[in-house]
Amino acid sequence: MRTLLIILLAAAAFLARPAAALDAGLVEKLGLGDSDEKVGAINALATTGDPKAAELLAALAEGDVQVAGKRVLIVKGTQATDAATGEPVAPLPKDREDVVANNRLRGAIASALAALKLVAPDRETRLAAVKALAGGADPSILPLVKKALGQESDAVIKPLLEMVAATLELGGGDRDARIAAIRTLGLSGNPSSKTLLLALVEKRNDGTFAEPDEDVRIEAQKSLRAVEDRLAWGERAGLLFAGVSLGSILLLAALGLAITYGLMGVINMAHGELIMIGAYTTYLVQNLFRAHAPGAFDGYLLCAVPAAFAVSAVVGMILERTVIRFLYGRPLETLLATWGISLILIQAVRTIFGAQNVQVENPVWMSGGIQMLSNVVLPYSRIVIIGFAAAVLAGIWLLLTRTRLGLFVRGVTQNRAMASCVGVPTARVDTLAFGVGSGLAGLAGCALSQIGNVGPELGQAYIVDSFLVVVLGGVGQLAGTVYAALGLGFANKLLESWSGAVLAKIVVLVFIIVFIQKRPQGLFAMKGRAVEA
Amino acid sequence: MGPLSSGITRLYGPQGWAAIGVFAAVAFVVFPVLALVVPESSPFHVSAYWVTLIGKIMCYAIVAMAMDLVWGYAGILSLGHGLFFALGGYAFGMYLMRQIGADGQYRMHMPDFMVFLDWKEFPWHWALSDSFVAQALLVVLVPGLLAFVFGYFAFRSRVKGVYFSIITQALTYAAMLLFFRNNTGFGGNNGFTDFKRILGIPITTDETRIALFCITGAVLIGTLLLLRWIVTSKFGRVLEAIRDAEQRVMFCGYNTVHYKLAVWTLSAVLCGIAGALYVPLVGIINPSEMSPANSIEIAIWVAVGGRGTLIGAILGAGLVNGAKSVFTQAFPEYWLYVLGLLFVLVTLFLPQGVMGLLSRRREARP
Repeated sequence: MRTLLIILLAAAAFLARPAAALDAGLVEKLGLGDSDEKVGAINALATTGDPKAAELLAALAEGDVQVAGKRVLIVKGTQATDAATGEPVAPLPKDREDVVANNRLRGAIASALAALKLVAPDRETRLAAVKALAGGADPSILPLVKKALGQESDAVIKPLLEMVAATLELGGGDRDARIAAIRTLGLSGNPSSKTLLLALVEKRNDGTFAEPDEDVRIEAQKSLRAVEDRLAWGERAGLLFAGVSLGSILLLAALGLAITYGLMGVINMAHGELIMIGAYTTYLVQNLFRAHAPGAFDGYLLCAVPAAFAVSAVVGMILERTVIRFLYGRPLETLLATWGISLILIQAVRTIFGAQNVQVENPVWMSGGIQMLSNVVLPYSRIVIIGFAAAVLAGIWLLLTRTRLGLFVRGVTQNRAMASCVGVPTARVDTLAFGVGSGLAGLAGCALSQIGNVGPELGQAYIVDSFLVVVLGGVGQLAGTVYAALGLGFANKLLESWSGAVLAKIVVLVFIIVFIQKRPQGLFAMKGRAVEA
Repeated sequence: MGPLSSGITRLYGPQGWAAIGVFAAVAFVVFPVLALVVPESSPFHVSAYWVTLIGKIMCYAIVAMAMDLVWGYAGILSLGHGLFFALGGYAFGMYLMRQIGADGQYRMHMPDFMVFLDWKEFPWHWALSDSFVAQALLVVLVPGLLAFVFGYFAFRSRVKGVYFSIITQALTYAAMLLFFRNNTGFGGNNGFTDFKRILGIPITTDETRIALFCITGAVLIGTLLLLRWIVTSKFGRVLEAIRDAEQRVMFCGYNTVHYKLAVWTLSAVLCGIAGALYVPLVGIINPSEMSPANSIEIAIWVAVGGRGTLIGAILGAGLVNGAKSVFTQAFPEYWLYVLGLLFVLVTLFLPQGVMGLLSRRREARP
């Protein structure tokens, strides 16, 4: 504790000193010394916390530092200043030599600059600096970290800083300081602190412990357990989130099918291609915004969502009018014809946009994520998509249960002849319902464009999955689709963590195949008396 | 008239038998002569490319007939027949891989991909791969058994129509993912290729190729006659009845599960045999044969030719694959348009396929 106090006092003294000039001896060593001396000088300069030191180090990293005789200069273009005093030097002395920074020096400079930023007045700068140092730092900057720790009051930065200090203390420092450091590390949920602690409890090949001090080992063991617990929770939380995320994507892809196949009984193998069209529409809207309204680029999704819905819905309605309507009641023929349509659509997109994937950029507000725990990041794009899926679900539920079109759709699917008798224009209802289902596919495409590649084969990847969701959920209502999508999402991600992605997928497929044998009508069957399901 | 001759007249009329005779003559005499005896400089010479292409199409024609049996006659649309085809191909491919011996890139007594994966021993499912007879049996048994087990559960639970189609598609999709894995032991992405010998005979010579071609032709004729015999029998009548009104057939006291299971399994076995003939002829098998798109293409061969007519299936396989090899060479970017349009137009305007068109014209004639 006393050492810390002394260092703090010293740091305070440094800060109190007017930043008139840098220590000329240090600056000279930086310019003319050998590598060791240079590193020492860099760290010593960093410890001053002087803005001038930061300037000099930055210049050194840029390659702007030169020596002329015993003077060290910062040369920018044709202007030179004395590194120690900060006075301009004119005219430029002859016989200058570059001070070349090798890799070792560069590492020291980077960590020193980050350490200098730790005491910057701006909160964001400090946060960025402490995050940079958390990745690994030179032990020699420990005094500076401690100094920063003494004056830091921010609730977010301080624990991070403590962690950095503990990491550095672990390497050097006396026994008490190390044990304190180990306890601090135990409070973190960081994979890197796990590695640090593991090194302490490891046995060497000859059976002796790498760490001779038993108390330190015991402390490390305790802390390690705490960290591992926390990491395991992080992994579980991450898994849960991944499951919900995949479930929401499957739900989006399958909701349209729940209407076209589930309600109308039309088996549309081109559904995946309608998803792809939605994604390409998003791409086009993005390009339009970039070309004509770059200022409003972040808002392009607001336009892309209705556009994707509209384009896919129109394509779907055209398909219904020209092909599918003639095949009602012949599901196997519908399957083949719509497969043909999907081939044509894929090739058409290839002809227009090329076979390569196109780039769809996230708006700024969708990039990045929430850092839940140190090993769990929830990307905003995924969170937005989960919310979007919920909103689409709510919207479609309202459409089906609260609007006249929804009433007609339900009426026509339950008893077409009777609906027709009471004056429902069944043909138009079919077209509109198919349009809505296709439009939903477009929305799914818009969402998928934000998290994955957009290419002509985008839809193919989802067609098997989304049919399985609808078949598993049971035909005829939305609830089954929702449960099936989320269930499949979770099952997939859970299995993935055990057995890897491909095996997980196979296991899920086989499970569904077996499940359908047991319950051909799906999870939630419509009640009825028909022998034929 | 003995039972045999009555059987013969039942299968096909004089015209039909004449057509089969002409085909046999072309496949077994004219083609081998043109390929082996006629010198390469002559315009009548048939190159290896054509032998392989037509042999390949004959394999496809066998698959198309197998598909027609379950779809055209029993009304079961399978979107997973490519799986059975590929399984037969893989089973035989394993034997061909062993025949390479130490002539692979690594000069080891193991297939190259195993050496590459640093495997020291053959995995269990390669135990019999050294024996021609064992692998030839597996060509029949593996697809047959899989189809039997899958079909037993599916038909018993009365999974039918589109549901059945979708789960067969899921099945082949799952298998494709499985075979794409390197650890499954089937060469991953690349599958099996670079075969050297079959039964100790070099595989890439013209003579071997023609022999394989003739065997394929014989199997094609055999399949046609076998299936024709089935569909013209009482069994075949029941199948058609199941296709048109399964419940009535059940109410008449037939156990439809047995009928469907029998043709389903037979169909898978035929596909497996076709796959086994395809692999040595074409020289490669990989997991993309199991892709759902490939399986669904089989349905369009049958639809183009005409469902419920075996000749139509052969015709469809020939027409579509002929067009495919023309288009993928001359205008590769248009092939998917053609194929897609075929799917749409045939289902909309030609429900009976080309055979329906031909018979309609015949009826129109006075």
